[in-house]
Amino acid sequence: MNPESLSFIFLNAFLINNFVLALFLGLCPFVGVSAKRDTAFNMGLATAFVMFVSSTCAYAINLVLTAYELEFLRLISYIALIASSVQLVEMILKKFSPALFRALGIFLPLITTNCAILGVALFQTSRGYDFLQSVSFSLGGGAGFGLAIVLMAGLREKLELSNLPNITQAAALSMMLAGILSLTFMGFAGLGTTA
Amino acid sequence: MADRENEPNKVPPLPSSFSLISTLGAVAMLSGFLVVLVYEYTKPIIAENQRLATERAIFKVLPKASSRLTFLINEGKIQLADDKTKGELIYAGYDANNNFVGLAVNAAEQGYQDIVKLLYGYQPETGCITGYDVLKSTETPGFGTKITTDKEFLANFNCLDAKVNKEQSELINVIKTVRHGTKKNPWEIDAISGSTITSNAVGRMFNKSGQALHPIIAKNLDLLKTAKQQKRGNHGQSD
Amino acid sequence: MANPTKKEAPFTMDIFTAGLWKENPVFVMMLGLCPVLAVTNSVENSLAMGLASVFVLVCSNALVSALRDFIPKQVRITTYIIIIATFVTLVDYIIQAISLDLYNKLGAFIQLIVVNCLILGRAEAYASKNSFGKSVISALGMGLGFTLALVMLGGVRELLGAGQLLGYQVFSLDFEPWVVMILPPGGFIVLGSWLLLINYFEQRKTGKLIAEDAASHCTVSQSRGL
Repeated sequence: MNPESLSFIFLNAFLINNFVLALFLGLCPFVGVSAKRDTAFNMGLATAFVMFVSSTCAYAINLVLTAYELEFLRLISYIALIASSVQLVEMILKKFSPALFRALGIFLPLITTNCAILGVALFQTSRGYDFLQSVSFSLGGGAGFGLAIVLMAGLREKLELSNLPNITQAAALSMMLAGILSLTFMGFAGLGTTA
Repeated sequence: MADRENEPNKVPPLPSSFSLISTLGAVAMLSGFLVVLVYEYTKPIIAENQRLATERAIFKVLPKASSRLTFLINEGKIQLADDKTKGELIYAGYDANNNFVGLAVNAAEQGYQDIVKLLYGYQPETGCITGYDVLKSTETPGFGTKITTDKEFLANFNCLDAKVNKEQSELINVIKTVRHGTKKNPWEIDAISGSTITSNAVGRMFNKSGQALHPIIAKNLDLLKTAKQQKRGNHGQSD
Repeated sequence: MANPTKKEAPFTMDIFTAGLWKENPVFVMMLGLCPVLAVTNSVENSLAMGLASVFVLVCSNALVSALRDFIPKQVRITTYIIIIATFVTLVDYIIQAISLDLYNKLGAFIQLIVVNCLILGRAEAYASKNSFGKSVISALGMGLGFTLALVMLGGVRELLGAGQLLGYQVFSLDFEPWVVMILPPGGFIVLGSWLLLINYFEQRKTGKLIAEDAASHCTVSQSRGL
């Protein structure tokens, strides 16, 4: 498969180089908000949404920065952009979809310091993706994050019912689980290369 | 400060917008000043580092070269450029007497984990690909990384056939990777057993790059060969 | 560890050492995990990442503390983020100037220091309320604790994954490297093992778990940061 085709970029961000399990982006919410499956799902949804919005905006702002040769301001503008797009998404949701807002509400502010969001913006710039490729990349990244966090929450829900030694409680076991999940995701490497 | 923490219920009076904006403005000015200062200071050093890194790779794949020129390939034409030019760049190497010794060409392809980027040496006169340097790879250590260490695999590139046909439209033979131990022709690459996907990627990458660029290089060979001497002629003694 | 300036003794040592171990940002507070796992496949990368984070942490906390009386509450987070982003941009260019190889290895993770919740968390929770000297020392302690954790992970991963330490062969060449250790899963597994080990000793010593509700720390400091 052509490595620059839209479907491959999506697949790559979604499975092969999963944002959480292969690139270690967005670990804070991955550990912090994965205790229950439905909250995890909502978190994934909110993140994917913000990822899409900020990736699109980052693409636009990068055009401006490159045009005026202001690349050294890129990081500062991206982070400001993400902070404002989170607030923007929050306001829009509040106005047009109160139900969705109630579901996602408390997660939205947390997303600003989610490195996956900044990661999408930085990676799409450094790989020189065009607009459609960026969109596909951010959708894949968001879906990948959602998948990882929901899988993790599923596993942790099961663990609640089991009898575990004391020392494995808290984050230690989550890390081990994440390691095993990451190991399974390595099986996706090599996908699409034989075509 | 302490009051604010002790009385969370008391809403502090909202400062005027002016003070908010001026604070943000002042911090932004300070930040801009610092960034520009360091940027200006490090810019030449970074450019020099990048030049050294590029040249190190070029001289590695063209061991006989002692100087090089950068060219841009654009819509079937080759023109002199510099490293900052955007687009498909190739590098021509010249020895101490300014004789042309070969080309260094970029190639990239999806490997096992992520994109693998190479710079390879190409001799347009004999049509040989003569070795490469890996610029970027996140292949599995011990497996995909063998493309830089496996002696048998590297022996494929003593002279990998990438000759251009008479019409100068494409390669005579399609470069491809074959199963380990079944290589028969000089345009085939003997795969590393256990690292087939990365080996295949190398083969596809050379074929893609060869089909696209080698015909153009063949058409413009004279320009590449004489560019250095002409440049010296134009600029007198400057090197 | 180096003795910090004894300007504000007797607190100073505590302020400094708290970050090193008792409140270690990685093992106890679970902050800034992304770089912890992403770049620790060798000791060299871990050290470079740790020192870059120390630089950003100390500089930004110093500036936040120095300006703490002038920054109105409403715009403080924006200001902190601008300050942090500035120093990260500086580090980014400085590392490129020092070594391009190192820069390529660390990749985008230098720029991602910006969203390391450790830095914003310390700016908000400590530097904005404490004097300049204390903030700097505390930031230094936290930063070194962060570096220590990174090196502890990087050491294990490099030793098992490549049989080397800092590029020197430690095990004989017959040693079959555990490649998985330098791959992503290894990061999770080694961190998990360290946590288990620390939990075990802590439980034997005090009967309590060191990282009791570690998972919630990150979220708390994130929400506090906003």
